[in-house]
Amino acid sequence: MSRTATTLIAYGMLLPALVLLGLFTFYPVIYGAFLGFTNYTVANVGSGEPPRWVGLANFVKVLQDPLFITGILNSLKYLIVVPVLQLASLAVAVLVNQKLPLVNFFRAAYYIPVITSISLAAVMWEWVYAQKGIINWLLTKIGVLAETQTFGFLGNPATALWAIMFVTFWQGFGYYMVLYLAGLQAIPGELEEAATLDGASSWGRFWLIIVPLMRPTILLCSLLSTLAAVRVLQEVIVFTDGGPLNSTYTALMYVYSKAFKAFDYGVASAAGLVVALVGLGLSYLNFRLTRGGEET
Amino acid sequence: MAGVEARRAKSASTARKALRLVWTYGWLLLLLVFAVFPFVWTLAISLTDKGVEGGTSIYNFPASLFPRHLTLRNFTEVFQTFQLGKYLWNSVVIAFWTVVGTLAISALAAYPLARLNFPLKNFIFAAILSTLVLPTETSFIVNVLLLRDLGMLGTYAGVVVPTIATAFGIFVMRQAYLAIPATLMEAARIDGASEMQILGRIMIPLSVPSLTALGIFTLVGTWNAYFWPSLALITNQDLHPLSVAVLTLKGQFNYDPFNIAAGAMIMMLPVLIVFLLAQRLFMRGLDGAVKG
Repeated sequence: MSRTATTLIAYGMLLPALVLLGLFTFYPVIYGAFLGFTNYTVANVGSGEPPRWVGLANFVKVLQDPLFITGILNSLKYLIVVPVLQLASLAVAVLVNQKLPLVNFFRAAYYIPVITSISLAAVMWEWVYAQKGIINWLLTKIGVLAETQTFGFLGNPATALWAIMFVTFWQGFGYYMVLYLAGLQAIPGELEEAATLDGASSWGRFWLIIVPLMRPTILLCSLLSTLAAVRVLQEVIVFTDGGPLNSTYTALMYVYSKAFKAFDYGVASAAGLVVALVGLGLSYLNFRLTRGGEET
Repeated sequence: MAGVEARRAKSASTARKALRLVWTYGWLLLLLVFAVFPFVWTLAISLTDKGVEGGTSIYNFPASLFPRHLTLRNFTEVFQTFQLGKYLWNSVVIAFWTVVGTLAISALAAYPLARLNFPLKNFIFAAILSTLVLPTETSFIVNVLLLRDLGMLGTYAGVVVPTIATAFGIFVMRQAYLAIPATLMEAARIDGASEMQILGRIMIPLSVPSLTALGIFTLVGTWNAYFWPSLALITNQDLHPLSVAVLTLKGQFNYDPFNIAAGAMIMMLPVLIVFLLAQRLFMRGLDGAVKG
């Protein structure tokens, strides 16, 4: 078959995928970046007037908006979930990496939150967090709270964001457990045995052998988890919609509200670009902290 | 004497082993409760006969975890009062077309990337993979504007079409094709088969495990997706899938948690069944799809 014919066939087969990726993945990224530098609102859409270039005006507006700063700070606070989630997931992976009866059952059970829709999680966890919910009941049972001190965790500005972060943890640990399990299987068993014979405790084996050897997987997982945390949005939409008192108002919540409540697409896009930059910076930081994922 | 010492040492190590085992299973059980408690409670609520125990609260611990009078009435009721069937059907339609579309697009696009030589091949493959790391923070805004311009906002197609071409799907299928011996294709070419015939009669039938894996991951992801369908159908509540409607249900029937719980369980059940049947795929992580 001639080279031209092969090329035609190849592009013919790639065409549907390339058109769709171009239209719904590449174009939105490029056009979204462009919109950030323009004045473009719902009025333009109505009148058919094209976006008008305004330079950095939107960015100035966004960075001077206390609400956006609140959003960025809340998104950064959300990052606390990353190290906790990663270390816990690795520890759980080590726990279920043993040959024990029923261990496959436990692994599967831990994965069930991963395959649960965020909207379903919201329905169930709102009952758990309610003022009369199980957590308050337990806390009064063990005497931490008096009957009169109970409160809804999602309705209290001091606890709402933490409550949502906890659900992220709940949905995440099974997912990262599986990724870490794959990595753990590559650690030679002799290494751990040797350490045990030398008298290393489980604690010592975890920090001195497993964590250093798993650094590449840890880098990958913390990158995924960091980007998810700084882009947190749908968790907030389904649980609190940014409230109470903006205590769960995250950076992308600002983007979302500007676009779909204030219908100001230019400002929304500019804010999105700032969040993207923050994400990029955090990814770089991740590389540095895990030393590029190189094993030591 | 030495015998006694040895025996004592042995029993000490047996004791330590037993303690270790108790410790391990203690943690395993604790994590189990943490992972599945919300489901167990929701299931209990959904099965509670609110008529018999009239006025019972779902917060009456620990009794509300162990309903004494079981019923399926909440399940039938939520279909009648909330039209759950409509939303269930929307979920089925959206999931079906998303799976079919993803498989078709991926199976087709992966073939030239795996098995043909043509100009810019590496560049195109790199561009496809780059979509995994693009900053997509503002994409949802442009996508909604785009759907409206295309007249697809508030339609099934508007939810499905933007999601079916994915780097993940194309990558999975490319790996599957690369694992098929080249001699098979060469033999077919000598027999005069066209590239479409090779794809349809050799590559795709031999890649069924990967297609299944990709289909299952896509199915679960689509069934559960909340954010994108809620935006693409922002103008048309009637087409909302269950994942979006379940929050509407919660808003409308706040006074009746029993029906909400029943709706939640109906939404969870299909995913749970698929997961239990294809557990091994999920437990292998991304490898599950790549290795079929």
